[in-house]
Amino acid sequence: MEHTVVDIQNAVVSYREDIALRGVSLKVTDGEFVGIIGPNGAGKTTILTTVNGMGKLLSGRVCVLDHYLKPGNGHYLRRKVGYVAQIQNIEPRMPITVREVVMIGRYGILGLLKRPGKNDWKIVDEVLELVGMAHLVDRPIGHLSGGEQQRVAIARCLAQEPQIFLLDEPTASLDWKAQSDVLQLVKLIHNSRHLTTLFVTHDLGALPLACSRVVLMKDGLIWAHGSPDEMLTDDNLSKIYDIPIHEVKRRREEAAKV
Amino acid sequence: MQNAILSAFLGGIACSTIGVFVVLLHMPFIGVCMAHAAFAGALLGLLLNFDPLIGAFVLSLVSAAIIGPLADRGELNPETSVGVIFSLMLGLAFLFMGLMSTTKSGALELLWGSILTNTRSDIVLLGIVAAVVVILVLIFYKEIQATLFNRNIALSVGIPSTLILYGILFMTGATITASLRSIGGLLIFSLILNPAAAAYQLTYSMKRMFLLSAAFGVISGWIGLLFSYIFNIPSGATIVVTSSIIFGLAALFSPKKRVKSWQAPPITEAKNG
Repeated sequence: MEHTVVDIQNAVVSYREDIALRGVSLKVTDGEFVGIIGPNGAGKTTILTTVNGMGKLLSGRVCVLDHYLKPGNGHYLRRKVGYVAQIQNIEPRMPITVREVVMIGRYGILGLLKRPGKNDWKIVDEVLELVGMAHLVDRPIGHLSGGEQQRVAIARCLAQEPQIFLLDEPTASLDWKAQSDVLQLVKLIHNSRHLTTLFVTHDLGALPLACSRVVLMKDGLIWAHGSPDEMLTDDNLSKIYDIPIHEVKRRREEAAKV
Repeated sequence: MQNAILSAFLGGIACSTIGVFVVLLHMPFIGVCMAHAAFAGALLGLLLNFDPLIGAFVLSLVSAAIIGPLADRGELNPETSVGVIFSLMLGLAFLFMGLMSTTKSGALELLWGSILTNTRSDIVLLGIVAAVVVILVLIFYKEIQATLFNRNIALSVGIPSTLILYGILFMTGATITASLRSIGGLLIFSLILNPAAAAYQLTYSMKRMFLLSAAFGVISGWIGLLFSYIFNIPSGATIVVTSSIIFGLAALFSPKKRVKSWQAPPITEAKNG
């Protein structure tokens, strides 16, 4: 039976002094792969922070994994929700290794006063193997390239053994090769673990082919949603990005050539 | 002398443990800020006739409690928030001094400190604070490690990292106040910063950074006392100079600056983790 894991009803959410979501409703069922697309400032990131309880909900209801979100009760939920953000600035000399960073993913579910045991390290090594970083486990995290850091971030999320996987522009500011590697990895993880995944991007080229549904966002509202083929038409894209239709066509043709 | 050796040991451990937080959170001036908050609190105690030490604790803990939320609410860099509180505390200190008609020597003693004239009670206080800091770091090591690495990531995996950060600031305030009479406001700045900054040069493991920092703190204190005894010069100055020399050596010989040779295995240093 299909089970709803994310149920957002008419949510109004603020980001700093602005209203980032103006009454958004979205249901996601177990195992779905939802791509969320829209221009900068459309509220895409805020939708993700609403799901993991880090956003400021002004009105509406948010129910994630049968857990109603209220201000301050997100810690428990966040242990079950993996979140990969855009590349973070990490000091090159930060005294922490790749393996230790991935272990941080398990700290929440371990809870206070508990130390990581053998089993935790085993899980960490397995996910590092899965993301192809097993050869860099003892490196200081700050020494890795952007693409490698994003794979480590994905490994950190998997170490958390989450029930929902949130990706916020994970491929932004990566080169082509690193972008496609990260996208392949996300697809692989979704296919092998059937993890409910929400993937946010402003870049069509970075939308993984694994999407079962696409949500188009603009100005803090969900503009439309449906299957990728229905949604990703030149007409729709021209409307949400405010660029003329011939320009959309030209850009997509160019992207297709690459 | 026995008291001085013990003070240097306890103060070295407490201050240089706090130093690791301070270096990794990029807020070096929290040391000066807390020292002046304690100074203003001590003056308030003298002014209103209660124990200056209690005044010092209260004002530095109040500052610690304000710095975090102030930075978060205003989305300020924590160091800016430290600056705002520092200037306020300096202003309050001047205000209390202006209101006072009697001698200010009691409060000034607190700011300058003197490791050679420590009493038993100073040492007991220092011992308690050092023990509390070390125990808290041991108990909450993984939460502290995650928060120092990246607050948002720590938050997103379900760690109450805001609470942990405020706790770290609180420990900083308590340590500085407790060490103030033994070590003095100026010396404390170098004992917080130099050992931790030296340790930062030498390792990619946070555990080792804590241990090295504490070791450097204690060694600086002891070598400083030794030179002060031999040459009959002020101990504060010799301790500051010793800790600076240790930092200088660490920076000079830091493996983090060495370029890997193509034959060498990749970064042997990292295997320490």
